[in-house]
Amino acid sequence: MKALTPKTEAELAEMVAQANGPMRIIGGGTRPIGKQSDGTVLSTSKLSGVELYEPGALTLVAKAGTPVAKVEKTLAKEGQRLAFEPMDHRGLLGTKGEPTIGGVFAANVSGPRRIQTGAARDFLLGVRFVDGTGQVLRNGGRVMKNVTGYDLVKLMAGSYGTLGVMTEVSLKVLPKSRHTGVLLMEGLDDADAVKALSRTLASPFEVTGAAHLQKGRDDAPVTMIRIEGFENSVAYRAEALQKILAPFGAATLETDEAKTTAGWRYVRDVEPFHDTAGDVWRISVKPSDAPGLVAQIDGAEAIYDWGGGLIWLLVPEGTKGAAIREAMKDTPGHATLIRGDAGAGAFQPLSPAMAALQDGLRARFDPKGLFNPGLMDRAA
Amino acid sequence: MEMPVPNPTILSRKAKLIEKLESVLPKDAVIHDPSETRAYECDGLTAYKCPPLAVVLPASTKEVSDALRICHEMGVPVVPRGAGTSLAGGALPTEDSVILGVAKLTDVLETDYDNRFIRVQTGRTNLSVTGAVEEDGFFYAPDPSSQLACAIAGNIAMNSGGAHCLKYGVTTNNLLGVTMVLMDGTVTEIGGAFLDAEGLDILGLICGSEGQLGVVTEATLRILHKPEGARPVLMGFDSSEVAGQCVSDIIKAGVLPVAIEFMDRPCIRATENFCGAGYPDCEALLIVEVEGSDAEIDEQLETIIEIAESHNPVALRQSSSDDESKRIWLGRKSAFGAMGKINDYMCLDGTIPVSQLPYVLKRTGELSKEYGLDVANVFHAGDGNMHPLILFNANEPGELETCEALGAEILKLCVEVGGCLTGEHGVGIEKRDLMLHQYDPADLEIQMAVKDVFDPGWLLNPAKVFPLQSSDARRIAAE
Repeated sequence: MKALTPKTEAELAEMVAQANGPMRIIGGGTRPIGKQSDGTVLSTSKLSGVELYEPGALTLVAKAGTPVAKVEKTLAKEGQRLAFEPMDHRGLLGTKGEPTIGGVFAANVSGPRRIQTGAARDFLLGVRFVDGTGQVLRNGGRVMKNVTGYDLVKLMAGSYGTLGVMTEVSLKVLPKSRHTGVLLMEGLDDADAVKALSRTLASPFEVTGAAHLQKGRDDAPVTMIRIEGFENSVAYRAEALQKILAPFGAATLETDEAKTTAGWRYVRDVEPFHDTAGDVWRISVKPSDAPGLVAQIDGAEAIYDWGGGLIWLLVPEGTKGAAIREAMKDTPGHATLIRGDAGAGAFQPLSPAMAALQDGLRARFDPKGLFNPGLMDRAA
Repeated sequence: MEMPVPNPTILSRKAKLIEKLESVLPKDAVIHDPSETRAYECDGLTAYKCPPLAVVLPASTKEVSDALRICHEMGVPVVPRGAGTSLAGGALPTEDSVILGVAKLTDVLETDYDNRFIRVQTGRTNLSVTGAVEEDGFFYAPDPSSQLACAIAGNIAMNSGGAHCLKYGVTTNNLLGVTMVLMDGTVTEIGGAFLDAEGLDILGLICGSEGQLGVVTEATLRILHKPEGARPVLMGFDSSEVAGQCVSDIIKAGVLPVAIEFMDRPCIRATENFCGAGYPDCEALLIVEVEGSDAEIDEQLETIIEIAESHNPVALRQSSSDDESKRIWLGRKSAFGAMGKINDYMCLDGTIPVSQLPYVLKRTGELSKEYGLDVANVFHAGDGNMHPLILFNANEPGELETCEALGAEILKLCVEVGGCLTGEHGVGIEKRDLMLHQYDPADLEIQMAVKDVFDPGWLLNPAKVFPLQSSDARRIAAE
């Protein structure tokens, strides 16, 4: 079926107002997570362009379909960046197309720096969106602090297009760090690695990335700790962290920019699981719970990010969602199937009270039930 | 300030309500004698007062749930109250409402340094959250200036910020999970000691919802290790435009200070008279603070000073000791007290894009002359969160009204330049009737539809946030 690709917000609103059946809302369509509706595809990809950029105020406003690459290029010219380091899902999911800035926020996509600077949702300052009746609505604005009415901006972030179609986003950006240092440790087991990462994150040395891979590029376990800032400061903190890490082994410092960039992209985009067979789960837990949880799941390979708080789990294809949910039963947190087929069970089931609130919100924002029906449903 | 007419049916059923509340709460947790309920007649916005029908002070989530269920059954409005420090009237009662105070919920439930969180009951004060972990080197980052008194419950309700949020964010960026009781008594758990709660971001939604969606009884908060050190630099400029440019250049240079504070001449003079901090007498003064080890601080300050010097400052004072740092901060921290000594004041909270700073300051000065009331400016410049202080005499008939009218003009100005009515204090009753300057009716309608989901009877803090005429239909239907 041909996708609807409105060129203006008004055109998009009109399409929604006229719609009488389910719609699949996409940006570039590179992140098909969860059960995809077989309704009419509505893409924001033609709503593109940076509308305002004030480097001195750390804010940028862009239409939702603006390619992430375009936003990143615009920011780089002024030495700034999307600090939450959004992942590119194309390699992991084998998708093609152009990731959009709206899609990043719709799926609340945050990378390794989330542990220190916050998630995508923490950087979203304002939205314009079309609700399920075809009305254009807005919330938030383009200032960093805003408690004027309810924060529907947060609600829209991570709502996977189930509440409305975002047409414009206003976001906070940050200066790019001048220097990066990465401490590397080899051969740690999961439990020790997470303990080591916790020590560094509980220090005053502002770690901006803390990951552990069961299999690094050479198939041996590798633990990575990132620090960023002025050159002397990076060197100073690297030394301080090496002392903290000493009980776990030697940590070597890598400061080559090409290598450190590639290393964190490897973690961010979950590169070890590219071109592999098997389902991929994304699990958020308390870091110290992570190694025990992973150990419970047969045949799983794990990448730990966020100091252990984020687990990327590769499991044999066809591993039942129920097995993952069962392992999570006594562990607070949530698991989402990112790659693989779990029918309606890709998202974490909610408690009855939370499910009722979520259903109520969807019914208010989208009374005709047009947007991505079946996605983010509570059924396991 | 217009408030809804109290519901006579509720007033007439007071005895029954008290009896029911006393059946589930200890006797001393239900206050209904008018001489005692008067203590709850207002919050930090003291211009408006109204004693509530009753006050309940539950000591557990279960008691909160029981009290809410009873009020829900009897159709009685509930006004949740943290420590009552709101500057926007967020905890102002109506005659027919029950105040639900969380003052007895002050326990620390769990502290976990490996996973960097603390779980507390929400009646605990902001500063005492840090107090519970600082011996071990940790702190809770949001630091509203009322932090000694304000409760976490109120911080969540208003999404409180503080001087250091340029680096550490506001409450919503530091809140991991909550236990929240809905108006019908249902207890819900959202998020926890892990990142990014499951499902729709309801945690983000309730943060800043001004006690209109539920009562938060427990909170899981992110804690951080304290930096090794912090030091400020003070700089004076002969125009606020240049100071504004300097702020923008510092931010662009890639240094991320923890705080950039701004004071204008009226404010500098008032604080000098009050505490003699030794500030230069100039048009605009900035205090910029950075963190790290000594060497790291030096490196950052060097960059900042280089930028400041390119703007020809009339004064530049770098701290090299704790004592000097204290003196630099002394005037800024005494600013509100100094203003209070001169006159009554109203503190506004509009937020603007940093690039609009010079224009907004100039226009505020013009409005101040037009209305005949002095305005002093002291605010968080890094994030554009203005705090114009309008000086007035509350005993002079009509001055409060003039002050409110001027305040409304300044806030409309903030909205006009792309900003918002309130950055960290909340809407409450104070800015309720200005909401249609910020949002179209449909934008408010969808927000009210959110409240319909959480509180279909519109019983939780009903007369706040939305203009009364916008919420009329819902509140009346609920009666």
